[in-house]
Amino acid sequence: MSILKWTPGFGSQGSWRDLDRFRRQVEGLLETLSGTVERRLLSGSGVYPLLNIGEDDDHLYVTAELPGVAAQDLDISVHGQDLIIRGERRIAEAGSQVNYHRREREAGTFRRVVGLPVKVDAEKVSASVKDGVLRLTLPKAAEVKPRQVAVAAG
Amino acid sequence: MTNEMKAVDKVSVQTPGESTRECPCFVPRVDIYESAEKITLLADMPGVTKDGVSIDLKDNVLTLRGAFGSPTPAPARVLYKEYEEGDFYRQFTLSNLIDQTRITAGLKDGVLTLELPKVEKAKPRQIEIRTE
Repeated sequence: MSILKWTPGFGSQGSWRDLDRFRRQVEGLLETLSGTVERRLLSGSGVYPLLNIGEDDDHLYVTAELPGVAAQDLDISVHGQDLIIRGERRIAEAGSQVNYHRREREAGTFRRVVGLPVKVDAEKVSASVKDGVLRLTLPKAAEVKPRQVAVAAG
Repeated sequence: MTNEMKAVDKVSVQTPGESTRECPCFVPRVDIYESAEKITLLADMPGVTKDGVSIDLKDNVLTLRGAFGSPTPAPARVLYKEYEEGDFYRQFTLSNLIDQTRITAGLKDGVLTLELPKVEKAKPRQIEIRTE
């Protein structure tokens, strides 16, 4: 055990530390809460698969985790401004000679329709599946891309 | 199979061992079944590459780790975020004796398949007592 020299300021430092810790806890709690609220708004329907969607000036990017779904069991299409991801996840039967200890993985069909925020060029959409992760790149339609307007000096 | 799948949030690991990676860690969903000869384990680990998997069996405790291989490059603007990418970690206690030398593992489309053959009936071992 170490012996600390008592200084008048020491006690107050300690309470500052407590206050700081408390502040961080509150911040963490607020972050958690806001994160939950945000996610509820987006995936409230609980439709499989969950999606992450991002964009830059020229593309929309959609990713989804689809473990155990082979590329040939996936059907992706763009109808107008809707992206439709359909597919089936198959799990091989283990046979009747086995005892299950855990059965948490689900098999079945899924279909998710997402309204895209902008029009995309459906012809140029590209998709890849690797290690159970689907990644889509959707080029934005020419008319919605931001256009640089040159200003002529008069 | 006409079952309609439902989206389920990934479950975070509360105590992911001693990880030095600064990234979220999740509990993989698994199927485990046992036949007369072996125990088969299937674990959903999307995004985990072959090099990222580590399987460790020690004192009947099976530890699975899966490191997320290729994180999606962060887009300029995030519009929706419904799930997080991360590593996977889970431990199991096995009640059977496993023949460690014959364990096989495979990874396909983000699903880890592990086959753990049981030790053939433990042979009774005669212990000779030497007299001097």
